[in-house]
Amino acid sequence: MLRLLSFVLFLAVWWIAALFVGGPKLPSPPAVLNVIVADASSGTLFLHLGATLARVALSFVLAMSLGSAIGYLMGRVRLADRLGDPWLILLLNLPALVVIVLAYIWAGLTEAAAIAAIAINKLPTAIVTLREGTRALDRSLDEMATVFAMPRWRAFRHVVLPQLAPYIAASARSGLSLVWKIVLVAELLGRPNGVGFEIGVAFQLFDTPRLLAYSLTFAAVVLVIETLLVQPFEARATRWRPRAA
Amino acid sequence: MRLEVEITGKTFRRTAGETHEVLAPLKFALQSGEVGVLIGPSGCGKSTMLRIILGLDHDFAGRILRPPEARVGMVFQEPRLLPWRSVEQNVRLAAPGVSDAKLSELFRILELDAHRSHFPGELSLGLARRVALARAFAVEPDLLVLDEPLASLDDALAGRLRDEIATLVASSSVMTLLVTHSIDDAIRLGDRLFFLSARPARIVQEVPIAVPRAERTETELGRIKAELAAVQLESK
Repeated sequence: MLRLLSFVLFLAVWWIAALFVGGPKLPSPPAVLNVIVADASSGTLFLHLGATLARVALSFVLAMSLGSAIGYLMGRVRLADRLGDPWLILLLNLPALVVIVLAYIWAGLTEAAAIAAIAINKLPTAIVTLREGTRALDRSLDEMATVFAMPRWRAFRHVVLPQLAPYIAASARSGLSLVWKIVLVAELLGRPNGVGFEIGVAFQLFDTPRLLAYSLTFAAVVLVIETLLVQPFEARATRWRPRAA
Repeated sequence: MRLEVEITGKTFRRTAGETHEVLAPLKFALQSGEVGVLIGPSGCGKSTMLRIILGLDHDFAGRILRPPEARVGMVFQEPRLLPWRSVEQNVRLAAPGVSDAKLSELFRILELDAHRSHFPGELSLGLARRVALARAFAVEPDLLVLDEPLASLDDALAGRLRDEIATLVASSSVMTLLVTHSIDDAIRLGDRLFFLSARPARIVQEVPIAVPRAERTETELGRIKAELAAVQLESK
């Protein structure tokens, strides 16, 4: 209820501001809604949204699985940690724009380049989080698994993975928000479709209604995925832990 | 089946560089069906010795002979249960081959029936200890290691749990290694007692108890205890 109220308040402020500013710079909510409805009925809205979502999904899965594996390795093996650490610091501090531009230059304006560039941006944070999680693993439980001669896979699944799950959830959540931001830049710079591309077009034409139409729809999709997918997963991964008071 | 322990030395290296002798040369052996008890002051290196025997620590001089196929059941000082798995899952994960009948029997003896589906976080320490015991016995171990399984429990509960351990040990031909502070536990459960010195630990005295476990009456236990006290005085 409170959420709805704050949303209504936002709409009201926007509408009033639009009345004062007027003109093409700040269109009123109905003007933006018109664009959304028009593009939705022609199908272009879903085409662009779909392209963006597919890129997000692919690069997210790629970065998460690769990052988790590397992070786990670096948490477990000292040598891997020593070798990987300088690269990790480099990647962590490399601006997203640099990675995207270099990827397009080296691999051409291709889908693979875009997805790889987005994944590389997300990779280091996943590594860092999972490395921390691996370092925090309870050694006494490892010893228990060893003494009882648990096969590797069973020990990993029942002893290690439940301890890593909260870290995976945290990394997924922060990673997703990072990917949402970067995917639009990658599309703007080198893809012929997607929300980022559409926003680029709107920018060149100074078409504010279109710009708002696409960004707001995109924001709505992000919100839905966050509440329906990410938050429940996070709650499930940490369910055996005592609740904070 | 037979366990032979022959440690010629174990040192720890501190980060500052100096080395620290934890275990002096020591040697003992255990047969199937036998209960060996390690008794020694706190911090004398008992846990280090157990870790070596269990194969968790390979950085020592000497050798441990145990059949490679020997199944090991262990009760750690802390229960070491998986907090994210239920009581029954905790037992089954360590002992996937356990039959339903065997599991029911264990849960009945240890009075865990009502707690099968509970999570370890919901259990008291006493109950968690019993789950750890159930897990160790469900493996049907050839070598059972109990590291102060009764520490920090009140006397009544410790006594009951000790009787339960005695029942379980008597029902199988397992070799058992018990670490304890308590002479009472030692003479009720043990066949051979190994008294350890302060760090670096060595075996000061090995005392076999001739009377079979099942035939030890209270008066008998009193006599054994008095004898032990005399032996201990002599050795000092």
